[in-house]
Amino acid sequence: MNAPARRDIVQDLEQFRSDVRQWLEENCPPSQRQPITPEEQYYGGRHARFPSEDAKLWFERMRDKGWICPEWPAEYGGGGLGPQEAKIIKEEMKALNARTALYSIGIWMLGPALLEFGNEKQKQQHIRAIINGEARWAQGYSEPGSGSDLASLQCRAEDKGDHFLVNGSKIWTTAADKCDWIFCLVRTDPKAKKQEGISFLLIDMDDPGVSTTPIELISGESEFCQTFFDNVKVPKDNLVGELNKGWSVAKALLVHERKLMSELGSDSPREVVPPSTAARQYLPFANGKVADAQLRSELVDYDMEMHAIGLTHFRTFEEKIAGVRSAAPLVMKYVGTEAEKTRSELLLAIMGSRGLGWEGEGFTQPELDTLRLWAMSKAMTIAGGTSEIQLNVIAKNVLQLPQS
Amino acid sequence: MALVLNEEQRFLQDSAREFLANNAPVASLRQLRDSRDPLGYDPELWQQMAGLGWASIILPEAYGGLDFGFTGLGIVMEEAGRTLTASPLFASAVVAASAILLGGNEAQKNELLPEIAAGRLTLALALEESHHHRPSQIETTAAPRGNGFVISGSKSFVIDGHSADKLLVVARSGGETEAEEGLSLFLVDREANGVSVQRTIMVDSRNAANVVFDNMEVDASALVGELGQGWGVLEPVLDRGRVALAAEMMGLSLEAFERTVEYLKEREQFGAKIGSFQALQHRAAHIQSQLELCRSVILQALSAVDEAPDQLPLLASLAKAKLNQLAKLVTNEAVQMHGGIGVTDELEIGFFLKRARVAMQVFGDTGFHKDRYATLCGY
Repeated sequence: MNAPARRDIVQDLEQFRSDVRQWLEENCPPSQRQPITPEEQYYGGRHARFPSEDAKLWFERMRDKGWICPEWPAEYGGGGLGPQEAKIIKEEMKALNARTALYSIGIWMLGPALLEFGNEKQKQQHIRAIINGEARWAQGYSEPGSGSDLASLQCRAEDKGDHFLVNGSKIWTTAADKCDWIFCLVRTDPKAKKQEGISFLLIDMDDPGVSTTPIELISGESEFCQTFFDNVKVPKDNLVGELNKGWSVAKALLVHERKLMSELGSDSPREVVPPSTAARQYLPFANGKVADAQLRSELVDYDMEMHAIGLTHFRTFEEKIAGVRSAAPLVMKYVGTEAEKTRSELLLAIMGSRGLGWEGEGFTQPELDTLRLWAMSKAMTIAGGTSEIQLNVIAKNVLQLPQS
Repeated sequence: MALVLNEEQRFLQDSAREFLANNAPVASLRQLRDSRDPLGYDPELWQQMAGLGWASIILPEAYGGLDFGFTGLGIVMEEAGRTLTASPLFASAVVAASAILLGGNEAQKNELLPEIAAGRLTLALALEESHHHRPSQIETTAAPRGNGFVISGSKSFVIDGHSADKLLVVARSGGETEAEEGLSLFLVDREANGVSVQRTIMVDSRNAANVVFDNMEVDASALVGELGQGWGVLEPVLDRGRVALAAEMMGLSLEAFERTVEYLKEREQFGAKIGSFQALQHRAAHIQSQLELCRSVILQALSAVDEAPDQLPLLASLAKAKLNQLAKLVTNEAVQMHGGIGVTDELEIGFFLKRARVAMQVFGDTGFHKDRYATLCGY
């Protein structure tokens, strides 16, 4: 790239940034610039209601602008923009504290896989519905007997000529009791070797035979469910990719899930208190330093790790723009979620007994949130592939160590 | 600040790797050690390195420099870390050259920098006085006398102190013992009257020395920078040194790790390659994840030297602390995963272990930089 061309691009991006800033200033209602609570998150779907008129207005403006999914193709309702523009929108939204207008597993996980593997009809039907917030999606991967060993899954779909007949169950289906659709990995060839007999199927949760039960977690929340399929008829059109080739769709989607999870700490609906801020509130200082040497040491270890992780996110972005491949994206889920757990443990240690409140009077809301987030953080290194599975993947794909 | 190398930088990386592998492999360090080489490095190799522009890589063209930027230097340091190459690159061409560049007057820069850049003159920084890095805790005094000063005190862990032509001495011309105010820098000849140098044989087989200044008289022209204002020069110089060392440690960690991963693919026990054992796979994969984080930190810290000096203190401490931790982890695991042969002198892995321990102490151990990072963050 020669120098003048690069300068033009930089100038164009700076112009774009100022346009974005101006548009957001003019269009983001003041109420949508306040920290969001879990209850105020809008997930869309057939049965969804906007938490407020402003939330509706904000969502509709973002949708019409094409900025719900800035990088997705314009023909399906996306913004048709490049990664640098999308990053600028994200940065400017953050600078303004603008809320995420639509929270969606469809955006974070299914959409990118559908754009890569789906046929034209599927893209027309589902991508637009995701962006418009008309369909809320759940993920059907794990089963009670298939966790880390995902490819051992047993939920089966039999070919009945004009449809598949699905029987089995899926677990850890996020908010499935509120979802319209579920994307599932199902066994379509019981005789084939593990990964080779699996297909990727889209199932309408209103179909007869689909039922869902919430599961209570150690955090006290019941975000996750178990979903049962009892002789569910699924149209053949709902197969994504080729029959028995669902594993490659699943793997592509997992990459998006792991990327999302590695960044989740920075985009949590609950207010994430940086441990160094909590330290100023809860710990005694001596001569400008946290007096407890052990906690100070843990605090700085955490801050340095997060600094390094943040820089590595930037690096992976720059590598993407430059077309350079590195192993960095493959380690981010592991380091990001482990750091998330470290953060929660550190916050509890810093807050002492004030960090142990479960509910009710006697504790502030941020204190109660911290404890609940601590309990939830334990799931971070399990969901989307455990830390141990991440290390297996690094050992195999990056280090190319022999497999037993 | 760029976190991806450009084409020129990648070319430098390739050529540096090739040159060092051919001309200065780890076996060269072993030879210097076993022959008890009095200089501690190969002067012909240093001339070749200077000929490639490495001694002048960070210096402006006006002083005979290549002006290739600090990221370029980091690339060379990293590659020299892979081969554990002993040379005056760090002490002279990075640390001392930066001090002259940042603190020297025009006459000093014109006189000294082109000589350093050409590899004809070597300098060493005489800073430490205790067995831990405490850059402001200086008891060596510089008292005015006549037209100049008298310097008295003892220095230790002076990298290249016995081989450098000149010593850059940090002395106290005023202020309390631990104060940052009142420090001054002086450039003196190593062989001048009043200077005595004792070479210390360190575990890494590289050069360091104890230096005593016994009422050494120097002319006023020996002063580098303003009298009593030495900290303003010393701190950024140390930060540049820390980042350069971190790059070297990145190289030695990568090399030790890659050799270990290769061994895991070859060595068989219980009828299988030991690299197929999950207990070892997970430890190796954890190291890989830390290598990736450290790679980003190094690139950011290197570019901050030229592009964002205000962020340098935080990034230099981040880089040195992170790489100290990484180098310790990797070299320990490299020895352990090699098993019995890992503790033999025959295998080169031990050289990486030993160099890492010295590099970890130079210009601040992990605790020093964690404390500095926390202090800069306000806690």
